[in-house]
Amino acid sequence: MTKPRNYQTEAIIIKKTKLGEADRILTLYTPHLGKIQAVAKGVRRPRSKMSGHLELLTHSLVSLARGRNLDTITGSQTINSFLPLKSDLELSSYALYAIELVNQFAADDVEDYPVFQLLLETMKNLSQGGDKELLLRYFELHLLNEVGYRPQLEQCVSCHSPLKEVTNAFSPGAGGMLCPACRQSQPFSHPLSPEALKALRSLQNDDYSAASKLKIDQKLAQHLEMVMRNYLRYLLEREVKSVAWLDSLKAQGR
Amino acid sequence: MNSDSIPTADAISKLIQELNKLPGIGLKSAQRLAYHLLRASDEQTKLLAEAILSVKQKTKLCSVCLNITDADPCSICRSPQRDPSKVCIVEQPQDILALEHTKSYSGRYHVLHGAISPTEGIGTEDIRIKELMERLKDGSVTEVILASNPTLEGEQTAMYLNKLISAIGIKVTRLARGLPFGTELEYADDVTLTRAMEGRQEF
Ligand SMILES: [Zn+2]
Ligand SMILES: [Zn+2]
Repeated sequence: MTKPRNYQTEAIIIKKTKLGEADRILTLYTPHLGKIQAVAKGVRRPRSKMSGHLELLTHSLVSLARGRNLDTITGSQTINSFLPLKSDLELSSYALYAIELVNQFAADDVEDYPVFQLLLETMKNLSQGGDKELLLRYFELHLLNEVGYRPQLEQCVSCHSPLKEVTNAFSPGAGGMLCPACRQSQPFSHPLSPEALKALRSLQNDDYSAASKLKIDQKLAQHLEMVMRNYLRYLLEREVKSVAWLDSLKAQGR
Repeated sequence: MNSDSIPTADAISKLIQELNKLPGIGLKSAQRLAYHLLRASDEQTKLLAEAILSVKQKTKLCSVCLNITDADPCSICRSPQRDPSKVCIVEQPQDILALEHTKSYSGRYHVLHGAISPTEGIGTEDIRIKELMERLKDGSVTEVILASNPTLEGEQTAMYLNKLISAIGIKVTRLARGLPFGTELEYADDVTLTRAMEGRQEF
C-alpha cells in the first residue's frame, strides 16, 4: 500500500541520529505503520517548534509528508511526554533499554500493533513505579512472542516430552527448554529451577496485572535476567548496548 | 592520450567528495566550492590549506578544562578575572563560545566532549567525567553549574553528575530549562512547559 502524500500517525520516538547542522533522522514506532524513519528538519535549533515533541521516549501525534527517500516530519504534538520517566535517571535508562530492543527486533514498515501497545504499556508502568526488573522481563518475553522468537517453555524442545518439576535447562540455541536427559547432548544451556521456569511462564503468558503480582526475590530476579540476557544476545548476535549502562547504574546503587 | 586529464578529474572529484562530508555542505555546494577553489589564485588556496592543517596541528585540549586551545592552560583558565570557585559543565567546546558570547558568566568551564547515551553505547567512561572529578577534589570549587543540553542525553548526564557531585558536598545547579526566547507558548511541549512553570521567578 502506498502512503498518501501527507499523513498523520501516533508514534513513540525510539531513536534519533544527527543529520547535518540542525536536522535529525528519527526512528518512530507507530501503531499501524510499524517502525519508520523520517527526517525532522531544524529540530536541533532552539526555536524549533517540534523538538520537544520529538524527543526519545515521547508519545506524539506526528504529521509527515512522503518524500522520495525518507519522509519528512511537518508537525508534531505531544500525547504523553512521560515526564516522570525522563526526570529519573534509572527509569529513563530502563525505558531506553526497552526502545532499543524494539528498534533491534522490529523490521522496517511492518505493522505490529501489539508491539506498539506493549511499549506504551511498559513506559506507563515504569513511570507508575512498578517493579522495574519484572517489567523488563515481561516486556522482553512479550516482545519475543510478537516478533517470532517465543521461547518454548512448555515442553522439551528436543524430545517434546512435558517438563517435570525438576531442574531442567534453558538453551538459547534451541530456543527453549531441555529436559535433563536431552540436556546432556546440548552443551550451551543453563540449568533452570522449577521456580524460575514458573516465573518465566507467567511472564510469558499472563497479562501485566497478573504477572506483576509475582513474588520474586533478588536471587531469582538476577537469574531470570541472566537467562533472558543470554537468549537476547544469542538472537541479536551482540549485546544490547544499553545493558552496560543499566549494569553500571545498578552497581552504583548497591 | 592526454595523461593529465584523468588525474585532474580525479583530483576535483576527490575534493568534491571531501567537501561534501562537511556539515551543511550538500553535493551542489561541494561542487560550487570545488570549482571556485580551482579558479582561485595559488596564494588563496595555499592560505586555506595551511589554515586547515594548522587547526589540527596547533590546537590541543586545555589540561584544566579540556576546551580547545592553542595555549595551555587556555585563556579562560589563565585569566585572573575568572572566578575559579565556579565551574560550568558543557557537552561541547562550541557551547563555551555560545555562553561566552552572552558575557553573563564569569566562572570557569569543563568540557565533557559528549553526553551519556546508553542506546549508543556511550557511558561514563566515554566522556570526560574522570578529569572533572579529579579537578573537584582539592575543594576550591564550590559550585558546579550543569549546562548539558536539554535533550534526553543531556538530562541523563546532568542527573548522573548531580548524584556524583552532590555526594562530595559541592553545590550543584542546572541551567534553567524553560521557554526559549522567541517561541510561542502554544507550540511548547509539555516537558518544557512543566519545567518553565516549576522554574518560574518573581517578576
Ligand atoms: Zn527432552
Ligand atoms: Zn581551560
